[in-house]
Amino acid sequence: MSELASILVATVLVNNFVLVKFLGLCPFMGVSRKLETATGMALATTFVLTLAAVCSYLVNVYLLRPLELEYLRTIAFILVIAAVVQFTEMLVEKTSPLLHQVLGIYLPLITTNCAVLGVALLNIQESHNFLESLIYGLGAALGFSLVMILFAGIRERLAVADVPAPFRGASIALITAGLMALGFMGFAGLVKV
Amino acid sequence: MFLAIVAIATLSAGFGLLLGFAAVRFRTEGDPVVDRIDSLLPQTQCAQCGFPGCRPYAAAIVSEGADINRCPPGGDATIRALADLLDREPKPLDPERGVVKPRAVAVIDEEVCIGCTLCIQACPVDAILGAGKLMHTVIADECTGCELCVEPCPVDCIDMIEEPVTLSTWRWPQPVDSTGGSGSPARQAG
Repeated sequence: MSELASILVATVLVNNFVLVKFLGLCPFMGVSRKLETATGMALATTFVLTLAAVCSYLVNVYLLRPLELEYLRTIAFILVIAAVVQFTEMLVEKTSPLLHQVLGIYLPLITTNCAVLGVALLNIQESHNFLESLIYGLGAALGFSLVMILFAGIRERLAVADVPAPFRGASIALITAGLMALGFMGFAGLVKV
Repeated sequence: MFLAIVAIATLSAGFGLLLGFAAVRFRTEGDPVVDRIDSLLPQTQCAQCGFPGCRPYAAAIVSEGADINRCPPGGDATIRALADLLDREPKPLDPERGVVKPRAVAVIDEEVCIGCTLCIQACPVDAILGAGKLMHTVIADECTGCELCVEPCPVDCIDMIEEPVTLSTWRWPQPVDSTGGSGSPARQAG
């Protein structure tokens, strides 16, 4: 149990996928202009990431490993992720048209979120079992959501701040992200991974 | 090699089946007709049809059988397009709903404006910029000419100015309407 808890804390804070491992930076930069869209994106990514981590684990254990096809891992996982994203889009469109409207183009873009593939591959690399994979995926997703929402909040304030001309736009956003990453380095050593 | 091809093909087919099933199971009951009607309406959001905006009107045409001749900004062209789409007889514009006018843009007399924000609240497309006790102005590109801001203004500083015909907005005049519609010359300018 404490093993699982430490995986969760480690992925959310210590090895945060965005700020420490630098995965999933595209939505982190692209969709964080408004708190509302950032929250929606975080929710959708949480769902997809957790589900994709579990599905890739199952595909790896029950399909690729018995057939000794582990060299096809990457392409098989991409297939799994694409299917999960498509499924999520259909589900969201049916259950919450409003959320679907807010997420719009960003939902299909989760397919290309490298954090999703990263979680699936790292699960295999660190030879996690089923439950650990699930928690690892969930932790990565929660960490992603946390920094995404924090960053969107900061950027909303940055939008009205008097930023010197050369730093306006993407540059100040990247500098802010860098400072946040420095902040998250403070969590190193919190959990032995 | 062969095994790999079969395995990946099976995996893809499995996901394909799953998605196909999901597409049937989670089909949205969105009404495509409403979307098509909405795309024919002029999107002025002026509410002259008696509904809060263009999309509610489109929904009302489908579900409540509202008449297709209630849109003055669209004029005869819109009525004809709606009649074509819905297979109904085109009829002249309902005079109760207003008359066809050339496209106009709201202009605020900035000397007179007292900054009361009433017009900002009335604007359905957020085309008016300003803050309390500060002068307001209209973003001409966003203004749909719906006139909803004229009424609330306590100092009557909003005027509807007709768009001048320029090289980029000039169109060939439309042929004379034979459906008995009010083939207004105003449409020719717009």
